[in-house]
Amino acid sequence: MMFERTASIGRLGLVIVRDWGKSGQLLFRILFRLPKPFRGFPALLQQIFAEGVLSLSIIVVSGLFIGMVLALQGHHTLAKFGASMELGPLVALSVLRELGPVVTAILFAGRAGSALTAEIGLMKATAQLSSMEMMAVDPIQRIISPRLWGGFVSLPLLTLIFNVTAIYGAWLVGVQWLGFDPGTFWSNMQSSVEFRLDVVNGIIKSVVFGFVVTLIAVHQGYFSESTSSGIANATTRTVVYSSLAVLGLDFVLTAMMIGGW
Amino acid sequence: MLSQRTIEIGVGLFLLTAFAALLILAFRVSGLTSFFDTKTYQVTAAFDDIGQLKIRSAVKIDGVNVGEVSSIHLDTTTFKAIVTMNINQKMNQIPDDSSAAILTAGLLGDNYIALTPMYSQTFLENGSEITDTHSAMILEKLIGQFIFNINKAAHPSSDQKSVTSH
Repeated sequence: MMFERTASIGRLGLVIVRDWGKSGQLLFRILFRLPKPFRGFPALLQQIFAEGVLSLSIIVVSGLFIGMVLALQGHHTLAKFGASMELGPLVALSVLRELGPVVTAILFAGRAGSALTAEIGLMKATAQLSSMEMMAVDPIQRIISPRLWGGFVSLPLLTLIFNVTAIYGAWLVGVQWLGFDPGTFWSNMQSSVEFRLDVVNGIIKSVVFGFVVTLIAVHQGYFSESTSSGIANATTRTVVYSSLAVLGLDFVLTAMMIGGW
Repeated sequence: MLSQRTIEIGVGLFLLTAFAALLILAFRVSGLTSFFDTKTYQVTAAFDDIGQLKIRSAVKIDGVNVGEVSSIHLDTTTFKAIVTMNINQKMNQIPDDSSAAILTAGLLGDNYIALTPMYSQTFLENGSEITDTHSAMILEKLIGQFIFNINKAAHPSSDQKSVTSH
């Protein structure tokens, strides 16, 4: 009884370590088998299109609404202290530093990550990957690598667009609806937002998130069980793991950035 | 399946939009102006108390920004705070007998250095020192002094001299 418990814990540990190892191996193989410079380029573009351009609508709409809600809530609280003119900095800093990278990454995991996993998982289940290998086409180079790089490129760009739409959403509510002075809104924002510390650090975060989310998605797809429930589980795990990884890494990165590395 | 051309156009537009977003974040949101280094010269001033003055605090003349604080350190022999500021090269005709005061923007706002030009015909240049300085007004000190004076006024018999000395 006692031994069985211990054994099950050990087994769990082994499974986790093996998963990490497989993920590392996959990453290693992807990094050393980049898409071919010219022939691989169309495939990369297709992936940026599928993961980035097609995610634009959800990113823009949620950015707009998050900015608008932040402006309303911020106004509601700041007005109690007579500090409504700090609305611009409040929205800009919270979006640039935290909400932009994190929300975009989680939405991206739901919109593009799950699709990646399902696509690769189904390719594996229908033996498309192994038949590629039979034809001496490397599935990692041909299928997995463009998907990873596509996500890696797309997420930071989506984050930039999210940031701008959220700030203009706040402008819409603050200036157009609640009637703040646009000059105060922008100039207070400019005096408290710093390019290197706020904007660039947010982009660094989103680069890390883009890498982690797509790696998880690709890993889950590539190592999924070749059954319909296996693909379903893999897709679920992609969204759960990448959301958790994004939130956890966000804390670590923020601590590092605030601590000045 | 979309044609490769549509995809290329879509990705191109996506990249352009993201680049435009970066530009907006840089210039509209964070007010990045030091992208191209503006030419500055350095001037120092010694203060008794700099309050909440920080590096990158503004240096103003009549409320107009002319530069920023670049470093603050303590002189170990005189125990005065030595503030170095970068002043825009365009402002090269500030009289060298001008005074520097640390003021606060609003009641609770940031501290900044206000330069008050005087009438000397020689100008501040790289490495010059502003000798006429006024320390930051610390609200707590003022309140302390005020309460002290009220107490003195309430009991004038105890020590008349110290009241008049304040």
